Amino acid sequence: MLKILKYSFYDLMRSRWSYVYFAFYFLLGLVLLFLNNNLSKAVITLMNVIIVLVPLIGTIFGVMYYYNSKEFTELLLAQPLKRSSIFLGQYLGVAISLSLSLILGLGIPFILYGLFKSGVIWDFSLLLITGTFLTFIFTALAFNIALSNENKIKGFGYAILLWLFLAIIYDGLFLMSLILFEDYPLDKLSLIGTMLNPIDLSRTLILLKLDISALLGYTGAVFKTFFGTYFGLIVSFIMLAVWVTIPVLRIVFKSKRNDF
Amino acid sequence: MVSITDLHKKFNKNTVLNGINLDINKSGIIAVLGPNGSGKTTLIKCILGMVIPNKGTIHVLGTNIKKNANYKHQIDYLPQIANFPNNLKVKELITMIKDLRKPTSQDANLITLFKLEPFLNKKLGTLSGGTKQKVNIVLAFMFDSPLIILDEPTTGLDPISLIGLKNLIQTEKTKGKTILITSHIMSFVEEVSDQIVFLLEGKIYFNGTINQLKLKTNQPDFENAIASVLSNNYA
Repeated sequence: MLKILKYSFYDLMRSRWSYVYFAFYFLLGLVLLFLNNNLSKAVITLMNVIIVLVPLIGTIFGVMYYYNSKEFTELLLAQPLKRSSIFLGQYLGVAISLSLSLILGLGIPFILYGLFKSGVIWDFSLLLITGTFLTFIFTALAFNIALSNENKIKGFGYAILLWLFLAIIYDGLFLMSLILFEDYPLDKLSLIGTMLNPIDLSRTLILLKLDISALLGYTGAVFKTFFGTYFGLIVSFIMLAVWVTIPVLRIVFKSKRNDF
Repeated sequence: MVSITDLHKKFNKNTVLNGINLDINKSGIIAVLGPNGSGKTTLIKCILGMVIPNKGTIHVLGTNIKKNANYKHQIDYLPQIANFPNNLKVKELITMIKDLRKPTSQDANLITLFKLEPFLNKKLGTLSGGTKQKVNIVLAFMFDSPLIILDEPTTGLDPISLIGLKNLIQTEKTKGKTILITSHIMSFVEEVSDQIVFLLEGKIYFNGTINQLKLKTNQPDFENAIASVLSNNYA
């Protein structure tokens, strides 16, 4: 698996898109820091960008990589290698190179700005950790979609729909259900609702850490009273880890049964 | 070498292989023929473990291939469509496949044979279809495995490389290897193959030598013999 990982990583590190993605975060970081001059505001703006953009790029890139390397995967499948290690290697290659673009792209401007001397270093690290989690989650989901759909167009369609659903539609439905059932106690429902969406979960996680009650919203407030800040952080981290594990397990399971 | 018993494969409702029984014991060149969609590639992919059969067993060199990837050390495979990661160089790809399988020094001879030296430092994305096929052939032949599977090996090759490929196949044959070929170019099949397996609608319609096929169909030459099989079954 490590060999496959090494080669897909090399392949991706040479692709133009990794650099475009890196450059985007680099510029975003520079602009936010040096024109804004307020570190915590910059972190909040970054959070809003990361939470929508990272899942989108993870899904699109994952699906694209899978379909683009399909014939090469067939060549690998004819080699004496385990199926699960081929797909896990490719998955980790994509996820790690995307995470590196994110971490370096945002990290370098912040280091240039003098992050180590400021108090927001933990908020900022949390932002990067969440971004990495989201990359791993959505790349894994993308690989799942691609493994289940031989048709490229369908695969892309489902991938975009998944992103659209989790990033935008889910919130709308969630809010509507809260309004609709406002006469009932909704604490548990909203807790579960947040945990079932990795994007909402990440947002709550970062806002809990930043401790901005104005931005927390109803769910965040419930989260805070229910778990308290630190326990809440731990619970949401565990949930994010579960969100990575389940799709990865399905990659292993599905790759053993597919025809190529 | 390869023994296949009662192999069935369906893709959704489309039955592709419908009870294949095939034993390949001796060395030599075996051509798998059949019209488009007769299941040639699916049969080969079953042997390679890329397609998982619905029913039936396959043994390669005595081992059941189910849930075991190690037997692939004994197989060299040339896929039908060669498409490699675009950002890798030819040299790196060869090193990578060697790294994944085992070290070999055969690649140097093959590179000279197909005159690939000028392309070694080029990225795979910039190569033409024929050159990619040559790289593909180098990858397939550089390990000295007892079983070689070639799926449409002639695609995109120029006449000189085609002669090179034919010579290569003959050399491998004299080493006592078993070579499985699919091709639509009948003259190529007639020239190289010792035995023919003819697939029709997921079943083995004919298994024997070219001369036996000519006798069976009462046709003077190979191309007409194949045509008569096809027209008798589709008329």
